[in-house]
Amino acid sequence: MNLIWQGIVEAFRLLIHGDREMLRIAALSLEVSLSATAISLILGIGAGTAIGLNKFTGRKFVISLVNTGMGLPPVVVGLAVMIFLWRGGPLGFLHILFTPVAMAVAQVIISLPIITGFTAASIQQLDTKLRFQILALGASRFQMVWLVIKETRLPLLAAVMAGFGGIISEVGASTMVGGNIMDQTRVLTTAIVMEAGRGDFGLAIALSVILMILVYAVNLVLTMIQQRNKAQ
Amino acid sequence: MSKDSSKVLSVASIEAKNLSVVLGGHKIIDIPSFSVFPNEVLVVIGPNGSGKTTLLLTLATLLKPEKKAIIAYWGQPVKYTSDILKLRRQFAVLFQEPLLLSGNVWDNVTLGLRLRGIKKDEIILRAKKWMERFGILGLAKRQIKTLSGGEAKRVSLARAFVLQPQILFLDEPFTALDSPTRAALLDDFESVLRETRVTTVMVTHDHNEALILADRVAVLIAGQLRQIGKPNDIFNYPVDEEVASFVEIGNILNGTVSQQNSGIATVAIGSGQIEVVSPVLAGTRVTACLRFEDISLSIPGNSDTVTSARNQQKGIITRVLPLAAQVKVILDCGFPLTALISKRSYEEMGLMAGQEIIAAFKASVIHLIPHK
Repeated sequence: MNLIWQGIVEAFRLLIHGDREMLRIAALSLEVSLSATAISLILGIGAGTAIGLNKFTGRKFVISLVNTGMGLPPVVVGLAVMIFLWRGGPLGFLHILFTPVAMAVAQVIISLPIITGFTAASIQQLDTKLRFQILALGASRFQMVWLVIKETRLPLLAAVMAGFGGIISEVGASTMVGGNIMDQTRVLTTAIVMEAGRGDFGLAIALSVILMILVYAVNLVLTMIQQRNKAQ
Repeated sequence: MSKDSSKVLSVASIEAKNLSVVLGGHKIIDIPSFSVFPNEVLVVIGPNGSGKTTLLLTLATLLKPEKKAIIAYWGQPVKYTSDILKLRRQFAVLFQEPLLLSGNVWDNVTLGLRLRGIKKDEIILRAKKWMERFGILGLAKRQIKTLSGGEAKRVSLARAFVLQPQILFLDEPFTALDSPTRAALLDDFESVLRETRVTTVMVTHDHNEALILADRVAVLIAGQLRQIGKPNDIFNYPVDEEVASFVEIGNILNGTVSQQNSGIATVAIGSGQIEVVSPVLAGTRVTACLRFEDISLSIPGNSDTVTSARNQQKGIITRVLPLAAQVKVILDCGFPLTALISKRSYEEMGLMAGQEIIAAFKASVIHLIPHK
């Protein structure tokens, strides 16, 4: 009981004083996960729209792959990325293993299927006749795709939240390809694991509180965008 | 090839040859030839699942027919390449659902014009004109989600007419509305159609819409164009039993012409027979169409009911079905016959099942369809 209490007190002390190392860790977490989400968004909306709008052979197979990918274990992704980026590996010449870039790469791989899957599903859910109607209004193929994406923006924002939530809180891949190097690749989740392992519960709890505040803040912003659109 | 075809095909707004459409391995449409003429309103009617929507989408270039099909617009056979956008921008299509996009009414009405890159001044001018015409100018700022069904339909109509299309395609546009809303809208729509004289292809299963709007009616059954012509011809002189049944002609009786006597054919049906003004020869199998309301009923032995009708069928009432204002009386005269009489006559005559009755109808009101 005492342990928990001490931890919480320590956490608040760190939070109130704005411990510099702690802030650096939080900033890196946000930087890596936000850029990974942004890259996944660009690729995932493109891929999801292509899957959702087009009929091609093997479409069901592709969708099943994407759906499976939505549940990819981060540790497995981490292992794969690590092998590819290892000194002797196929992409070893890039020398990015144990850097934030490698962590972002792993996080893109984790969040891409989530965003692709959400996008494809929400576009498939649109009435086929709506696409006919948009084309009949004189839309070019490009204009049609743009309007369809605009129509699905509410579920797309949910996709962003799911994708971002998934990667900012994952620890397996970040540990493997980042290495939890102080001042370089240490992010909130890897730091929490480490501090807890060392028995420094105060710091671990403080970092957890920050992680949850970050996740909440990002989702709050996205929810406000989503609901504002809805309320208009 | 294109030069060749444009010579063969006339100046019809739409001319289709060998029009077949296959969807999911099933042949949905199979029409050897078919035209839509400038400024006409062609209404395609047919039962559910007959391929009406597929035909409409194909004519609007939103679905691709089989390779052998040629569809020409104003004499130019369509090629399904990127040029199609130019052609499609001369059309407007309205579906059963309003299919509005999120945003407000103004955004929706002006969408097609904005997609075409038309200048803002002209967009405002045209949008205002058509929104006023359909009575929705006051709704410009309203969000789509807050509109009633009738308002949404008016928005979709304005969105279509604002494009000033050369051809208008409509897929059961009034079906999903309640009847007062529908009547008001149909009225507005009919007057706009008459004013603009826009070439129109509309599909519906509603006979009244066809009668009100159509210059010509086409009957589509199982993907085939069974009959095309003036509304009056379609509804009174169907060419086969299925068309007769779809246009609800009334009694459809199958029999054989037993005698031909200077333009009067005697047709044996079941264990009875009727006389029909028709040149069809003896021995021919025929379908006789007789409207319910063309039959008058009288009680046997009642001398008041002298009639000039050539057919006086004695029968027994098997069932009486009261409707809103009328009563359907089903008789057995050696063959089943249904008559529609007013509620008042029904009460005065005191009709009931099992009663003997005489059904009278003229030989000239029956439409005979000889079997091939």
